[in-house]
Amino acid sequence: MAGFGKFTHAVVRGIPTSLAKEALRTDQLDVVDLEKAQKEHEVYVDVLREKLGLQVIQLPADESLPDCVFVEDAAVVCGDTALITRPGAQSRRNETVAMKSALKEMDLNIVEMTDDNATLDGGDVLFTGLEFFVGLSKRTNQKGADILADAFKDYVVSTVPVLEGLHLKSFCSMGGPGLIIIGSSELAQKTLKIMQQMSDHRYDKLTVPDDIAANCIYMNLPDKGHVLLHCTPEEFPESSKAFEMLKDYILIPVSNMEKGKVDGALTCCSVLINKKAHV
Amino acid sequence: MTTEVGSETEVKEKAEETATQPDQPEKATEDNQEVANTENATAEGGEEEEVVVEEEEDKKEKDGKGISRFLPPWLKKQKSQGQVVANETSPTNKVISEATEEEEAPAPAPETNGHIEEVEEKEEVQSEEVKQKEAESTSNASADTQPATEEKVTESTAQSPGEAKSATEDVKEEEQQQKKNEVEGKSTEPAATGDGKGTADEGLSSIFQSPLRLVRRNKMKLVVCHVALLDGTDFPCEVEKRAKGQFLFFKVYEHLNLMERDYFGLTYKDSHEQRCWLDPTKDIKRQIRSNNWQFSFNVKFYPPDPSLLTEDITRYLLCLQLREDVASGRLPCSFVTHALLGSYTLQAEHGDYEPDQPQPLDYITQQSFAPNQNKEMEEKILELHKSHRGMNPAQADTQFLENAKKLSMYGVDLHRAKDSEGVDIMLGVCANGLLVYKDKLRINRFAWPKILKISYKRNNYYIKIRPGESEQFESTVGFKLPNHRSAKRLWKVCVENHSFFRLNSPEVPPKARFLTLGSKFRYSGRTQTQTRLASSLIDRPAPNFERTSSKRISRSLDGAPVINITEAGSENGHEPHLELHSDSKSPMRVHGQNIYVRHSNLMLEDHDKTQEDVLRHQASISQLKRSFMEAPPPSPPQPNQWEKRFSSSPAATLRAQHHPPEQPATAQVEIEETHVIQEVSKETKPATVTVTVSPSPDAPEGVALQPEVREQEVVVVVEEASDTATRARQESVSSESESDEEAEYQPNLPSPISHTLIPEEKEEEVEEVEREEQGEQEKGVEPDPITKETAPHPIEASQSAQDVEERENGAEEEKGETDDSTEDPMMTPDEVPNGHALPEEEAPGMAAMAEEEEAKVNGESPMADSEPRPQVICCSEPPVVKTEMVTISDTFAAQKTHITTKEVPIVHTETKTITYEAAQLDNNGEGDPGVLMTAQTITSESLCTTTTTHITKTLKGGLSETRIEKRIVITGDSDIDHDQALAQAIKEAKEQHPDMSVTRVVVHKETELAEEDE
Repeated sequence: MAGFGKFTHAVVRGIPTSLAKEALRTDQLDVVDLEKAQKEHEVYVDVLREKLGLQVIQLPADESLPDCVFVEDAAVVCGDTALITRPGAQSRRNETVAMKSALKEMDLNIVEMTDDNATLDGGDVLFTGLEFFVGLSKRTNQKGADILADAFKDYVVSTVPVLEGLHLKSFCSMGGPGLIIIGSSELAQKTLKIMQQMSDHRYDKLTVPDDIAANCIYMNLPDKGHVLLHCTPEEFPESSKAFEMLKDYILIPVSNMEKGKVDGALTCCSVLINKKAHV
Repeated sequence: MTTEVGSETEVKEKAEETATQPDQPEKATEDNQEVANTENATAEGGEEEEVVVEEEEDKKEKDGKGISRFLPPWLKKQKSQGQVVANETSPTNKVISEATEEEEAPAPAPETNGHIEEVEEKEEVQSEEVKQKEAESTSNASADTQPATEEKVTESTAQSPGEAKSATEDVKEEEQQQKKNEVEGKSTEPAATGDGKGTADEGLSSIFQSPLRLVRRNKMKLVVCHVALLDGTDFPCEVEKRAKGQFLFFKVYEHLNLMERDYFGLTYKDSHEQRCWLDPTKDIKRQIRSNNWQFSFNVKFYPPDPSLLTEDITRYLLCLQLREDVASGRLPCSFVTHALLGSYTLQAEHGDYEPDQPQPLDYITQQSFAPNQNKEMEEKILELHKSHRGMNPAQADTQFLENAKKLSMYGVDLHRAKDSEGVDIMLGVCANGLLVYKDKLRINRFAWPKILKISYKRNNYYIKIRPGESEQFESTVGFKLPNHRSAKRLWKVCVENHSFFRLNSPEVPPKARFLTLGSKFRYSGRTQTQTRLASSLIDRPAPNFERTSSKRISRSLDGAPVINITEAGSENGHEPHLELHSDSKSPMRVHGQNIYVRHSNLMLEDHDKTQEDVLRHQASISQLKRSFMEAPPPSPPQPNQWEKRFSSSPAATLRAQHHPPEQPATAQVEIEETHVIQEVSKETKPATVTVTVSPSPDAPEGVALQPEVREQEVVVVVEEASDTATRARQESVSSESESDEEAEYQPNLPSPISHTLIPEEKEEEVEEVEREEQGEQEKGVEPDPITKETAPHPIEASQSAQDVEERENGAEEEKGETDDSTEDPMMTPDEVPNGHALPEEEAPGMAAMAEEEEAKVNGESPMADSEPRPQVICCSEPPVVKTEMVTISDTFAAQKTHITTKEVPIVHTETKTITYEAAQLDNNGEGDPGVLMTAQTITSESLCTTTTTHITKTLKGGLSETRIEKRIVITGDSDIDHDQALAQAIKEAKEQHPDMSVTRVVVHKETELAEEDE
């Protein structure tokens, strides 16, 4: 727990032009402005690299993989172990290839999901620093969760149902050690209750009005302390205000307007890794 | 059954003694002495006393022969108790005891046939027992007191007629017995001689005596126990055969120089190769049963924070256990963690890494760190070992523990089970509660505060869940264990873990700290809080101990019962039916219990609620129930109130599952009876029986059964009020409680708390005991857990008739009696005493009654016991009761947010409730609620009756009040004479508690209406 939120590296991936048209999405309401999306992503990567000083490994975009920018779903990294997932969406399975080689280069212990019946999206995996919660969703099944539990034996892995929405982290994320940021929808609140019931640990919660705004990136960085990347006031004025309650935090609003249209949340766009100094 | 086995042989043996030593009647007075001595209760004295009691039981056993199996267990105890009490109070007790014996001896005898096989089973054990017995009597002799020799005489006399009458007894059995007697005769002779000569002990050339014994004052038969210690060594230890587990614990602790003992325990393998925890309060021999005196010393309660342990030696032992757990795979961990733990192990055992040490990998490869240890891991271990330079062993152990305690399965005791749908799951018991795993995933978790009750029945295991903030109702979750034994084992582990970890808050009054859960089992050690407190007082220089290089490899890894996930999978008795509704093997048996009735009780239990809240809840529940009852039998499933309630529950994680009734053929009519008898006794007359029950003339009618009677329920509530002094004395008489009293691990436990009068239960009997958590207080509130039924059952009927709700729905005309119903003995501690007369108030009346009734104490049919006292009689005949069977399973709470409450089968039944009540109980609504001291529930079953004994003890002022409620469910078709069964039940209740009075009898009869009636 002490080391929770400490990251040294981030793996990101470029946005393919196919994103606008072909990316999987739960609704078709808004057209994605590809240029804006790419700009948005540039800012995002910039924050990680420049503002936060992480070593960013940028994988090239792959046109055949419209969703490839959402690298989070392709791998779950905790400690020295990286679990290469088997994404629930058929069209995204190949996203793991580049991710795997990148992580291998970083000298992580690579665990792969070889079971053809298992599916797991990294977006369904919430690591609290003490334990894992895995959302059983359209993209993630029991088998996938079981493999994750096997990959990270040290930790309790509890399953929670995600009946609506895409991923578990579509409405929650960690906002610090022992702090869960949660959306205010009934679904989100219900899920939080289940998580609290399932856990041996106590978590504080920060409820924000908008579910998607609950998806933030928390880091605890040397000489910066608590850092939280969260939604911009333009997107979610109410929710962004809620983060002001977090004292002693460096709050960094990051726009996710365009990527959000294709169900991309803040955490989706990077895989954060904590490598010891010698790597 | 163990008890009986032992007893029987002992009896025989005693008979021998008497036969060979007919010149010992003069010892009668000494016998009395001995009884008196036992009251002074040194550890030794306690044991002797127990012997006395057992002997008396023996007599009974002898008299009863095989029938004892069918006799309610408490009969035995009652008798023995009565006898000893008599001894205490009157020098002419001999007559009394004889009388008692003769009275009971003939009765059971005619029913002996058909149980010979049982005797044969015992055969093998007998020789052991004989030796034991012999040793015992010898020791008694040398200890200035005579071990109830007088009783032996009595016994033999009482016995002979009994034996004569048991003409039905198999010839074979008699032959066996004769043989036995011959053998015993030989062995007992020397012992008897020893009795006479006192100092001539050396003359005891019995082959059973080891030379060592002769030096000792106690000439018990010794046996060598082998205890596998955590460092892999074997610790041989001589113990007396009759020694309690405690003794062996002591020896081991002493050997280990361990002071923080309560985290540890000893395990043995039972006859089914299952690892069981040795109960310190019980005879070792009776637990192991296999004559395999092999034990294993293990961590029983993994401290959640090992850094809070006081001594390094304790941490060291914990480390050893964890190293084994890790190496065996019971405690899974990642590669990195394996390496890290291994490196700390090396540091602790070998000190700093020595670079010039030749072939450093050697000592690693010889050690087992992980189930899948490989070169890579060993190199990693070495690498990490280097980084620990300078760390002393204690520090290394601490680091080891700091990492191990975080592991996901640390301290989780896994049990294989199935959920209500037959899905394989694991139940994990740990410091925080009960965990449910599917494969490696945690799919649910029930924290201890969430659990209201734990129970098991047969191979089903149930937990009752406290409702969430916005939920209104409790739910019950059922699991299927492979067999009865595993269910019981799981239950025990839960009880112990809960007791240890949960009942530890300092603000809890010490009396509530212990789970006295009825059955024979309860946690007897200190809680974590207590042990921490005790540890803080440890004042000794840190003991020197040697950290041996792990010998674990040579040690069998099955040492720890922790996470023995392979248990019992293939055992027989595993029923293919995974559903929670058991289609009972005997159609005669009804295990009826109903969830929604229970809710009302649970509401009463809720301490967090104010009285008003409770009442409001009750009202709403009864309302709900009534509307449910009044609803027409829904042929097509339609949402009912219960479903709504479930779906409206915010967690919405509960899945109610109903079990379609298997409508039994009409030829098989099931009857369930419940008796309620409340007894009240006064401490000034501990030995007199006060029966306030006088069944109304209606009673026989009420009990009389029509052929179509389906279910009758009789709840017997026995209430006892006596001051603590009396209580203590009585306790000194009851063998089981006495041993508990001696337990060293209950320093804070006031003596009166220990249970008394707990019917001994037979092993085969399904026992079901429950634990209630009320904040930090424990109390059993409801005798029965949710039980599944083969056929739809009027759930109301199986509920105690005192239940307010039940009254209401059962009979509207009962309204006048609501006062009585609030006397529900199953209420919260606060409420329990309210409905009952304070002992002082009762005193005059009771004394008078006692005299009146004294003559009728034994053997009188309760029906004949007409009582002049005012009675409250409520009769109700509700027209039609519909029945619901609901089983709720929460196993996959997290997975399934849909609630599938299926429609509940409704069966038309006729119910009849008759309540007889001693009126004086009504006056004390204002009474001091008192403090609940203990509550326990014991359930036993015989062929067609299920007896649930619920004992609640409260402390009010200086007085302790004990209420015993017996619920006897008589199930069966018309072949059973229900009148007689009822009479027998009441009689037994009175016999068992001669010093208590029956305050209430509720007969609840359920008659299933013929289908065409619908």
